[in-house]
Amino acid sequence: MKNRDTKLQMQTIKRVLRGLASYKKWLVLTLLLAVVTVALTLYIPILTGRAIDRIQGAGMVDFSAVSRILLTVGISAAVTALAQWIMSALHNKIAFEVVVDIRNRAIERIEHLPLAYLDSHPAGDTVSRMISDADQLADGLLLGFTQLFTGVLTILGTLGFMLSIHPGITLVVLLMTPLSLFAAAFIAKRTYSLFRIQAETRAQQTALINETIPNQKIVQAFGHEADTMNEFDEVNQRLADASCRATFNSSLTNPVTRFINALVYAAVGLTGALAAIRGTVSVGELSCFLSYANQYTKPFNEISSVVTELQNALACADRIFALIDEPAEVPDDADAVILQNAKGAVEFRDISFSYVPDQKLISHCSVSVKPGQRVAIVGPTGCGKTTLINLIMRFYDVTGGAVEIDGTDLRHITRESLRQSIGMVLQETWLKNATVRDNIRMGKPDADEAEIITAAKAANAHSFIKRLPQGYDTIISDKSGALSQGQRQLLCIARLMLSLPPMLILDEATSSIDTRTEQKIQAAFQKMMQGRTSFIVAHRLSTIREADLILVMRDGQIIEQGNHASLLKQNGFYASLVKAAAPN
Amino acid sequence: MKKLLRFLADYKKECALGPLFKMLEATFELLVPFVVRSMIDDGIGCNDTRHIIRMCLLMALLAAVGLTSTLFAQYFAAKAAAGFSAKLRQALMQHIQRMTYTDLDTLGTSSLVTRMTSDVNQVQTGVNLTIRLLLRSPFIVFGAMISAFLIDVRAALIFAVAIPLLSVVVFGIMLISIPMHKKVQEHLDTVTDITRENLDGVRVIRAFRNEDAEAARFRRENDALAAVQEAVGRISAVMNPATYVIVNLAVIGLLSIGAIRVDAGLLTQGSVIALYNLMSQILVELIKFANLIISITKAAACGNRIQAVLESGTAEALPETAQMTVIPENRRGEIVFDHVTFTYAGASVPALSDISFSAKRGEVIGVIGGTGAGKSTLVNLIPRFYEPDSGSITVDGIPAQAFPQNALRKRIGVVPQKAVLFHGTIRENLLWGDSNASDAAIEDALRTAQALDVVRSKAKGLDEEVREGGRNFSGGQRQRLTIARALVRRPEFLILDDSASALDYATDAALRQSLRALPDSPTVFIVSQRTASISQADRILVLDDGQLAGIGTHEELLQSCAVYQEIHASQFPEEVQHEKS
Repeated sequence: MKNRDTKLQMQTIKRVLRGLASYKKWLVLTLLLAVVTVALTLYIPILTGRAIDRIQGAGMVDFSAVSRILLTVGISAAVTALAQWIMSALHNKIAFEVVVDIRNRAIERIEHLPLAYLDSHPAGDTVSRMISDADQLADGLLLGFTQLFTGVLTILGTLGFMLSIHPGITLVVLLMTPLSLFAAAFIAKRTYSLFRIQAETRAQQTALINETIPNQKIVQAFGHEADTMNEFDEVNQRLADASCRATFNSSLTNPVTRFINALVYAAVGLTGALAAIRGTVSVGELSCFLSYANQYTKPFNEISSVVTELQNALACADRIFALIDEPAEVPDDADAVILQNAKGAVEFRDISFSYVPDQKLISHCSVSVKPGQRVAIVGPTGCGKTTLINLIMRFYDVTGGAVEIDGTDLRHITRESLRQSIGMVLQETWLKNATVRDNIRMGKPDADEAEIITAAKAANAHSFIKRLPQGYDTIISDKSGALSQGQRQLLCIARLMLSLPPMLILDEATSSIDTRTEQKIQAAFQKMMQGRTSFIVAHRLSTIREADLILVMRDGQIIEQGNHASLLKQNGFYASLVKAAAPN
Repeated sequence: MKKLLRFLADYKKECALGPLFKMLEATFELLVPFVVRSMIDDGIGCNDTRHIIRMCLLMALLAAVGLTSTLFAQYFAAKAAAGFSAKLRQALMQHIQRMTYTDLDTLGTSSLVTRMTSDVNQVQTGVNLTIRLLLRSPFIVFGAMISAFLIDVRAALIFAVAIPLLSVVVFGIMLISIPMHKKVQEHLDTVTDITRENLDGVRVIRAFRNEDAEAARFRRENDALAAVQEAVGRISAVMNPATYVIVNLAVIGLLSIGAIRVDAGLLTQGSVIALYNLMSQILVELIKFANLIISITKAAACGNRIQAVLESGTAEALPETAQMTVIPENRRGEIVFDHVTFTYAGASVPALSDISFSAKRGEVIGVIGGTGAGKSTLVNLIPRFYEPDSGSITVDGIPAQAFPQNALRKRIGVVPQKAVLFHGTIRENLLWGDSNASDAAIEDALRTAQALDVVRSKAKGLDEEVREGGRNFSGGQRQRLTIARALVRRPEFLILDDSASALDYATDAALRQSLRALPDSPTVFIVSQRTASISQADRILVLDDGQLAGIGTHEELLQSCAVYQEIHASQFPEEVQHEKS
């Protein structure tokens, strides 16, 4: 377990480093600046030590030497400050750009993930990988640069300077170093797993909160408040415990390393003072040693606290990389056909399909649709109508047989040209957070104003768009709720009207739209379907009756197919559906 | 924020002892320069080896005692902070459970989620840091200055100059960067929204081949975010170099003055070293302190938002009327609306005006009308989700307000518009209706709701897992399960708020038929857009813009109610034409 953790961490570290590769030049520059900073920072205590040696006692002060030394201190401090400033500006730049890059790669991946992944993973989790995990990584990188790197340099530099002054005292410091390292490593390891437990428990609680609070009205309608509270309290208590342990353990790092540093300080004081009595070291040099002892150990302090942060950042990096590594949908065949001016013949050749391998849904089903035909998909709720849409749009691939358009297997057509040839209006009207205009021209980004307005008019949407506060420039946002469900659907139709592909998938509205808008939508649908192969998830008897082909679905299977008359003659499931739908 | 402190009440001991132990540690830390001075002046100066050893042991001892007290402090801080936030979350959740629908509408559930999660986390961090550092850092800074004054007043004046100067730099930079951090947050929100939008709209985006355009839009916002982040970073990057220069200038000053004072015999060499050491302690603590102030400010802002939620709303649900009548056990299934008018909070026009009707046991009441006509509002008044402005609602002859809230809601089965299931098993979801329901009762409810085949199609039947929101079920399946959930409680009143919208005609018809046949003969309210769904109702309420435009049976309304005729005509065009011709 521990081994696997470490291995995983190493892999993640390597990947983060690879992401830094393109900043090599800048990193080298910051490395140089860090060397300058550290060297001067370490030189200043030596200078002050020398100054102190020239302030020995009453009447024994060498003023000219002291002021010479202090001038050097001033210059060194100024140079150090400048180098430090440039260095951190560069670090900032690199850390944020790396994260920008990672986020961009993640969105790129999201755009090409199979629907099967997206349908089965909560959006909230993916969002948190993209946002908060990436943020944590940026923080971690910054800390890593600013503190880990200079920290190590400071340790090495200090050792060098100390050796040059007094090897004996240096030896004492060196002997005590492992203590500090050991303690820091020990705490870091514990903290990593505790933080993970805390994060997992917190995620559980967030999931519960995300589920209950937005549906609070239902909770109350069923008087389920007490049960909800019980469930909440249980997670809440676990979170409090996990959080207390994680916080406490992570807050041990500082005091423990500080303690060890204090011991080192005392040891330096002891050996240094004894050496001073023997005359092998001056009081100024001892003072320099003491401030070194402080500086030397402070990086350990920082490194260990940085390490805990880094652990956290690595855990986050893991989660984003996992998203980026998720296999994308099968790429188009190299010799995939570009579907152009599709005639719209659709053939289901003995197809089988299921979402979950061990749960069969469609098996050995064949359907043949001629160009320009209207196909009504009919059946009780949950019968698998959306599955057909998923297959025609190639959101999912069949597991057996083939779907063909104009005689070509879908899997041998580029996705782009396939989806360009099929227009889709679903009941769940998704519009993006952008202007009305941008939403309409989603399918044809280069459309000019006249085209957009024509499309909107064809969809019966122009008149209400004109009445919006900013007309076509009105920004549609999910929350504002400025548009009714029906208006949103009209916009979706306008969006399709602009590109008007040769094949259509339409999901007939069933409710929550007022009658007048509903009539408009119907009219728009009729207009679009002229001469196009259309699949309609139909609820309206009139639509169904007019269809050239009716696919009757039940439990994921197409159980009957034919036209209205022939199906009625069969006197099967369809006939019973029609009877039930009659108003009286 | 202040009022939130009551959640710390159980942690008084931790809150008092934590900072105390921290100050203890700080005191020991401040003593170290003095020990070093004695070691140099009395030890090295007098060649006293034993004194040196004693002083070093003393330093080690101070460190050990310091460590012990910090460990206590850290533990107390972690415990108090974690406990505090748990209590706070619990109180919030409890409060939300008791909110009225109006409260929920006004506050918005998404902001409540933020309060519960990230805001509480911020406050927790704030409490933890406050206990640990709020006293320690100023204590060290001022302790160092006082120590300096104890050593030498003249040299200490440099401290008196350096400390305010450092404070100005540290706090100044932080003050400048705070508003910039807000901007970073805004940009981050935009990036978050785009991500979410891309996940929610994946089918449309792919259907319109907008993957690349969306990725480009994301990259633009992402770049803008990074630009602001870098800008903040550049300003924060000034902090370390600037303070470093100030500290070193102070050291130069100390040594210059020290040189004069030592030369005059007013100060020892060891004292100069002690002053030098004290100076180096100040900066670290000042920066810690400034960071702390930021965290606390942030936490306080979050705390205030949380407090606002806790203080919002009617809290103790709906006002219960004083004369609590004894509610008869027999269920007569009667409901009477008498001149009921209702306005949503913040709305200028009533959502329902002057509605009167009555329903008897076993009757099916249809409610129809366009969007925004007030259909849902009407049925939401029955379980007292909202209180009418005027007029009265009487249930089984008793004013609705006279019922203890749960007693009334227990009699009513609601199937909300949005078919939401909860994480758990199918059975657990159905038990929401009645936690004591037997499997047989559940099966009955499923059969009536036409949902038996949904459960049978699942490998584990009633024990099939339901994912968050019920996302592993189709809209229609969810809808039928939510109907079953309401039926499990064998309600006296059943409200179907447009709950059959995702059902096809056949299922819808079968559902209506089986509702009629229920042994308890509940009074059923069916809200719908389709005349077919309610045409067989005993009475249909036609709503138009909050007004009752007509009331009667399907046939009566077809004759008398213009609004109803129009709705029907749009859904059965052929039939109407046929009748006309």
